[in-house]
Amino acid sequence: MSEIRKPIEKRRFDALVIGAGGGGLRAALQLAQADAAVAVVSKVFPTRSHTVAAQGGVNAALANVSPDNWHWHMYDTVKGSDYLGDQDAIEYMCRAASRLVIELEHFGVPFSRLDNGKIYQRPFGGQSQNFGGDQAARTCAAADRTGHAILHSLYQQNIRAKTNFFDEYFAIDLLNDEDGYILGALVMSIETGEPLIIEAKTTLIATGGAGQLYRTNTNAHINTGDGMAMALRAGIPLQDMEFFQFHPTGIAGKGMLITEGARGEGGYLVNKNGERFMERYAPNAKDLASRDVVSRAIATEIREGRGCGPNGDYALLKVDHLDADVVKKRLPGIYDLVRTFLHIDPTEEAIPVAPTAHYTMGGIPSNRYGQVVVPELHGAEEVIPGLYAVGECACVSVHGANRLGGNSLLDIVVFGRAAGNHIIEYLAESRFHRALSQDSVDSALEHLARWERRGGTESVDVIRSELQATMEEYCGVFRTEEVMKEGVEKVLELEARMQNVCLKDHSKIFNTARIEAMELENLMDIAVAAVTSALARKESRGAHSRIDYPDRDDERWLKHSLFFKQGRKLDYKPVRMKPKTVEAFPPKPRVY
Amino acid sequence: MSISVSVYRYNPEADESPFMQQYELNDIAADMMVLDLLKKIKAQDETLSFRHSCGEGVCGSDGVNINGTNGLSCITPISTLKQPIEIRPLPGLPVIRDLVVDMEQFYKQYRAVKPYLIVNDPETEVEYRQSPQQREQIDGLYECVMCACCSTACPSFWWNPDKFLGPAALLQSARFVLDSRDQATEERLDDLEDAYKLYRCHTIMNCAQVCPKGLNPTLAIGKLRSKMLKQLL
Repeated sequence: MSEIRKPIEKRRFDALVIGAGGGGLRAALQLAQADAAVAVVSKVFPTRSHTVAAQGGVNAALANVSPDNWHWHMYDTVKGSDYLGDQDAIEYMCRAASRLVIELEHFGVPFSRLDNGKIYQRPFGGQSQNFGGDQAARTCAAADRTGHAILHSLYQQNIRAKTNFFDEYFAIDLLNDEDGYILGALVMSIETGEPLIIEAKTTLIATGGAGQLYRTNTNAHINTGDGMAMALRAGIPLQDMEFFQFHPTGIAGKGMLITEGARGEGGYLVNKNGERFMERYAPNAKDLASRDVVSRAIATEIREGRGCGPNGDYALLKVDHLDADVVKKRLPGIYDLVRTFLHIDPTEEAIPVAPTAHYTMGGIPSNRYGQVVVPELHGAEEVIPGLYAVGECACVSVHGANRLGGNSLLDIVVFGRAAGNHIIEYLAESRFHRALSQDSVDSALEHLARWERRGGTESVDVIRSELQATMEEYCGVFRTEEVMKEGVEKVLELEARMQNVCLKDHSKIFNTARIEAMELENLMDIAVAAVTSALARKESRGAHSRIDYPDRDDERWLKHSLFFKQGRKLDYKPVRMKPKTVEAFPPKPRVY
Repeated sequence: MSISVSVYRYNPEADESPFMQQYELNDIAADMMVLDLLKKIKAQDETLSFRHSCGEGVCGSDGVNINGTNGLSCITPISTLKQPIEIRPLPGLPVIRDLVVDMEQFYKQYRAVKPYLIVNDPETEVEYRQSPQQREQIDGLYECVMCACCSTACPSFWWNPDKFLGPAALLQSARFVLDSRDQATEERLDDLEDAYKLYRCHTIMNCAQVCPKGLNPTLAIGKLRSKMLKQLL
């Protein structure tokens, strides 16, 4: 290198955790308690992470309210995934659920309570007793603020365990060596604008989803899929990116989430004729069918002219028939949210709702130990040494083609803990730090330096808005070949225009324009992955619903897709159909 | 409609001193929130820095001072505000840039109250039992989003941010003292026995007035006081 740079500060830890939501914090806690030197890097103060916004609860077959066991939970999750979920991982998650929810309670999570003093549980979508029988009540709730309660408790336990936090540091790229070991990341202090190399024997990506791909979404501003894009740039594919969950009940036009718990507590949907239309789409489960089913039903009502409002573009969610005290006690957050953003009282009026982009089912391919696995020379799932991923940014896959409500909070604690445990084993065998490759440091620095470029004719704000509108229009609830082809072209055009985006503000201190530019780069990489994977999958499964291929096609498509950034290449790998301790659930028609 | 907004600006790399910058914004809908205005400004002037994330009042990132009152920009409707709307950083904390303040002092006081459940008994394999009535004792306490609107509205915190814990940290202390599962009550109350930590609260009640979540730190501090008194007797 010809130019002389001032040396970049370096810190060394056993383990680096990128992201301080529930997954990252649960892993960090496991590591800190095992006396590993752990650094948690987060672009926001930990309690601002998006786990905080989860409302309804976390699933575990505690059987506090209805008879239940983990095997029924497993069945529901496999069925909910439209059989694309890996059954060994689902088995592991559902088996661990009860113990880990009890553990959360012991960490201090203020769960709502039943009269006997046990944890309160409510019914949620896609839950059944006895493999498809009566509705189960499996979702453990702290009113409708369960994510807030869990995130704060996990952060608090990390304070107790003296975890090292790098708050308001933005992760730019993974660092590695010539042998392909991942050895930390280049990060940047948002406050000072200075880069920092964090060297670590293991790196865990726990950066959450990419809901900001869509214009109307339930997600926070920060949900830009940074970790997924870092993985793509490091040559790692993203799995099943065509599966994006649209939550049936986002506030129409605005996007704020109304928990499925509203229907769990007895709420239901109606169309403009006042008809409880879910009875037609899911005669048994009705309003508590899986999210993909309910979202399609609402979208169909709207398309066929039975939507509500002046533009006929939403459905109504009724909780006004419920006892007002129940609403205020069980759904206090929703009660506030609806009054704040809609200026109506949900105990007196129905809530306008529409399917809204909510959750990234796909992500970084991982196994049930949280290890990142990719197809290499010797098979479809070779471990990348030193690299782990958990939570929404990962694809274990426990959610397959459609996630059940209440399974995401479970996913993050189960696999956060599992990854923590596996990292502890890995550290025991890896006593020394390996040397970083200077090439990987240089290319990460180049990536950062790209935003020093001046001139440019495009702005971050404009490209981001166009990208979000494009994704909404061309890769939404219902999809066709023709529309998605156009979508791919439009996204690629936007990607090309990114070259001409330059910042006007090149200051260092708390420059959020620079952060937003890098977030947009990340979103763009993920958008390309999503539309490419979606166009290729010629079937309807879970959240991927094609008008031109309306049926599930297990013969051709019971497989995971893998998208590689280099050459925009697609590959596929089989679904893991064999659990470890019970019989497999073979695919069958999915009715609710 | 159009609207005029006046925003506190300070970039330590470029500005000698802070100043108020005026913006005239068009195409403003009546039901917008203050955060929508800040985003509109950001779209036309990317140099403005402010924190925000969830956009619905649960992450607590976007505490700012609006027309003299602290609040979360994402759930403060513009309809009730007098124009020009003045937006400033939370008072009493060092400004890093524009509306972004250094919250370390605030977080330090939070950490000082041992904000985690302490149970000394052997860990059971089932949940610790808690009746709905016991659980209700921490309603109004656990919901805190740590936005710092309360503590930075408190004159006692302005004068002694290093010694007085401030309403947010004290609310958090009450959250654990009043949690029937916690077994460190005595230790927690002992820790508060000091001329400053709690007793600098003069029940001015700014905290309760500004809390965007409708919580009442003054009430929580009152409960701590009476517990401390009981323990003393």
